[in-house]
Amino acid sequence: MSYRRVWRKCVNGLMLGLTGLCALVTVSVLFFILGYLVWHGGRALDWDFITRLPKPVGESGGGMANAIVGSAKLLLLAALVGLPAGFMGGLYLAEFGGRTFPFLVRYTADLLNGVPSIVMGIFAYTVVVLPMHHFSALAGGLALGVMLIPIVLRSTEDFLRAVPGSLREGALALGANKWRAIATVVVPAAVRGIATGMLLGLARVAGEAAPLVFTSFSNRFWGSGFNAPTASLPVMIYTYALSPYDDWHRQAWAAGLVLLALVLVANVGARLILARKQSPARG
Amino acid sequence: MNGFANPVVMTSIPETDKPAGIDPRPATAEPKVTVGHLNFYYGARQVLDDISLTVAENKITALIGPSGCGKSTFLRTLNRMYETVRHARVEGQVLLDREDVLSMDVSALRRRVGMVFQKSNPFPKTIFENVAYGLRVNGRGRGADLAELVEASLRRAALWDEVKDQLHKSAYALSGGQQQRLCIARALAVEPEVLLLDEPCSALDPIATAKIEELLFGLRQSCTIVIVTHNMQQAARVADDTGFFLLGRLIEFDETKLIFKKPAKKETEDYITGRFG
Repeated sequence: MSYRRVWRKCVNGLMLGLTGLCALVTVSVLFFILGYLVWHGGRALDWDFITRLPKPVGESGGGMANAIVGSAKLLLLAALVGLPAGFMGGLYLAEFGGRTFPFLVRYTADLLNGVPSIVMGIFAYTVVVLPMHHFSALAGGLALGVMLIPIVLRSTEDFLRAVPGSLREGALALGANKWRAIATVVVPAAVRGIATGMLLGLARVAGEAAPLVFTSFSNRFWGSGFNAPTASLPVMIYTYALSPYDDWHRQAWAAGLVLLALVLVANVGARLILARKQSPARG
Repeated sequence: MNGFANPVVMTSIPETDKPAGIDPRPATAEPKVTVGHLNFYYGARQVLDDISLTVAENKITALIGPSGCGKSTFLRTLNRMYETVRHARVEGQVLLDREDVLSMDVSALRRRVGMVFQKSNPFPKTIFENVAYGLRVNGRGRGADLAELVEASLRRAALWDEVKDQLHKSAYALSGGQQQRLCIARALAVEPEVLLLDEPCSALDPIATAKIEELLFGLRQSCTIVIVTHNMQQAARVADDTGFFLLGRLIEFDETKLIFKKPAKKETEDYITGRFG
């Protein structure tokens, strides 16, 4: 074997090892976090945790039922704000518009995506909390919804652009007008990707604490309706983890586990449903 | 635009008259599509230069020529598919029967002038829904006769026997040739008067190609066919009339047998004998 061949084999082996190692690191980080959460949170996680309200300080036990429901309420509001706006905006960028305006929108969306989440909180604080003079789920939902818009917009645009132009032409050539072609051919062809993008966006904002701290704030009781301060899992984790009580630390771990599990279940479940509805890809 | 682009004026012209200044060479049958002095531009670039021809009713007209000669662009002016491209501009006249194509409602036009594309483009739906799509778009998607219309269209496209047991499976499960015939069935479902085919066999093997050519022969009775092809044998086999395009100009347009046996122009002869292109 020549020297060159040995050298090439070495480089090949080294690179293969390095890429494999990096892949392993990526996967193991997730499993490490998951294992750590289960280890610490699993012990505090019981039926009471997901059905009971928090107990007063000093009393052990209790749960975070209000935070679980609160997080769901906030996500519902965020979805109402962020999903339609993001979807329609993405549709516009992918299918309509000239050159300058879409560029501007896309650039703005990317900037918005990069805005620190706490700034979104300040924004919602200014436009909702200050005029209303109290914290509310509405304010938190708005903050999360605004965060959701650029995520959904960009992923919707990307998936619509990935639909081959020949499908659009096929629909137009049959006498469909542009809206009809988009609604009946282009969007259905991309629906799986669009829905996945929406779910990933929701999953991302579900874990945000910073924009909620001074918008929905927190609540140790069931907040009534959408106009009251509302507990949420991320803010509870933040509060409990910083507390001096061991019992609260354990509950913070459990809350983290519940949050992760909810996001995971929503994600996997939705993907399964979509996969069943979708026809098999071109073979 | 020319003076005779006005449809109101056109209706008053007697049946036998041809619009002045247009060379209607193959006048063997009633003209279905009449194109007069057509210029086409993408921005500042001129792609078609003063094209005039007449497509005869219930005949197959083939357009041949080297890549980039403008034959596909020409085809796309007949159902105005060029409008999806920005900065595309047309001058001249295109008549369907005696109506002005360029000012007609575009959806109505495309219902009358169907199109099949180079690469088969079935929708990600079931076979049935693919064929029913055009009917649904045109408000005929309800009613008991939908299934009958779908079956009739699949039969006309010589696909029924192969797919009758899997109508509700994805169209993507079909082979390439079947997908292209499905696209033909989809176009036929709305009963177009003219069917445009843009190199429909370029991605298919000889057997699938033969099936489609056979199918075109049968369709000639019920619709007028214009087919773009860069396969000269195909033009010679299927077409009644053939036009030869070169660099955006229509060099020669005549009956197919004349074009292939006794071309009048030297460029045509050079192309057909394989001296370039």
